[in-house]
Amino acid sequence: MSAAGAAGMVLQVAATAAGAPLVVGGMRQVRARLEGRAGAGWAQPWRDLRKQLGKQRIDPAGTTVVFAAAPFLLAGTSLLIAAIVPAVTTASPLDPVGDLFAVVGLLLVGTVALTLAGIDTGTAFGGMGASREVTIAALVEPTVLVAGFALSVPVHSSNLGEIVAATVGDPGRVASPAAMLAFAALAVVVVAETGRLPVDNPATHLELTMVHEAMILEYTGPRLALIEWAAAVRLTVLLALLANLFVPWGVADAGSGTVGLLVGLLAVAGKVLVFAVVLAGVEVFLAKLRLFRVPELLAGSFLLGLLAVTTSYFLAAPG
Amino acid sequence: MGLFAAIRRVGRIAEPAPPRPESSAAPTLVRGSLQLRHVDAGSCNGCEIELGGCFSPVYDAERYGARLVASPRHADGLLVTGVVTRNMAQALRDTVEATPQPRVVIAVGDCARNCGEFAGGYGVLGPVSDVVAVDAEVPGCQPTPTEIIHVLRQVTGR
Repeated sequence: MSAAGAAGMVLQVAATAAGAPLVVGGMRQVRARLEGRAGAGWAQPWRDLRKQLGKQRIDPAGTTVVFAAAPFLLAGTSLLIAAIVPAVTTASPLDPVGDLFAVVGLLLVGTVALTLAGIDTGTAFGGMGASREVTIAALVEPTVLVAGFALSVPVHSSNLGEIVAATVGDPGRVASPAAMLAFAALAVVVVAETGRLPVDNPATHLELTMVHEAMILEYTGPRLALIEWAAAVRLTVLLALLANLFVPWGVADAGSGTVGLLVGLLAVAGKVLVFAVVLAGVEVFLAKLRLFRVPELLAGSFLLGLLAVTTSYFLAAPG
Repeated sequence: MGLFAAIRRVGRIAEPAPPRPESSAAPTLVRGSLQLRHVDAGSCNGCEIELGGCFSPVYDAERYGARLVASPRHADGLLVTGVVTRNMAQALRDTVEATPQPRVVIAVGDCARNCGEFAGGYGVLGPVSDVVAVDAEVPGCQPTPTEIIHVLRQVTGR
């Protein structure tokens, strides 16, 4: 464990925690401008969170500890993922103990906590949202793993930091067919996992079409703030991971000094910003998919992931 | 791409913001951020059309920090339209009860303020203030989006 790695980890957790709502606000702002609106400003999610933190907390009748614990589980796992993934530095002290499998598992823990909370409220919409979220998660998680395999095969490691470090050392790898297929698969999966169009509409008020929102309809005040903040953190971390897996330049490593860490921070912030703006821009051109078409989209992305793995085996030099 | 060309051709639709009105006595916690839940207690849907207009690109109430949400649990303010009918009275009380404190109840339109056109109707229980405490009112039948947004801005202070 290097001091630079530890500093990088602290830096990336702090930057994600503070910056994630701004990423969401920026995406809303891009969308508003493209729709001809003036928009609420990129800092609006922070204003919303500050207000929610000061509001009254209501425990809906009949809810149990599952409902109360879910926001903390979601926020905790999101922060842990933010500490593990190679965003600012590839040398995070948690990186050796948390590889691709751990990250996917942690994502799923947060998702499952929220679905159980949705069921725990006993409302029709909570259960409906939970069932939809699990349907999507069941198709998303294998795709993340398979697409991750495609990247880890040439590196001979499922460790995310090592994959990113190997790509920095061998830039030609990004242009390989396996990496491109894996990128397409992961991009679809990130969209589905974070509840963006065309899988879920984050701005909807229509309960019948909701996925993520339907599960959190009963949350109030500070707990709601925690969930919305954690959802923003997940979006930011997944965008940062996607960016660094395929455009890793600028990322700091174990030997980086203060300047290297700052460059890493600025690089990942810039990459996330570009990805977020592109994602928000593309969303304007998309309508939400009918729920029963979503598995088709995700099965397609799983197929891309499978092809990526196959390609990476076939194209790997046999010795 | 047709849509892309349309976006470039139309540009910004939102009209320039009118001068900021004086803040009301609403709770300071909701300054700058006001999440709203709309409750139709028995309206003719005239006010609903104007509310829809408030959040359209032309008036864009979102730039003042107001936003419509799907659940009263997420809301800071309730926009109540129409007279309170007998069937909706308990639903309105429940919705206010489900909204966490501090909250703002805004009666939109003449019907919500004093029963307007429908005063004395057999299904009418009374104006909103007879059923729940009202913090702000928007007069008019129906109020224009400009008038509704004026009151919303008094609450958000933006």
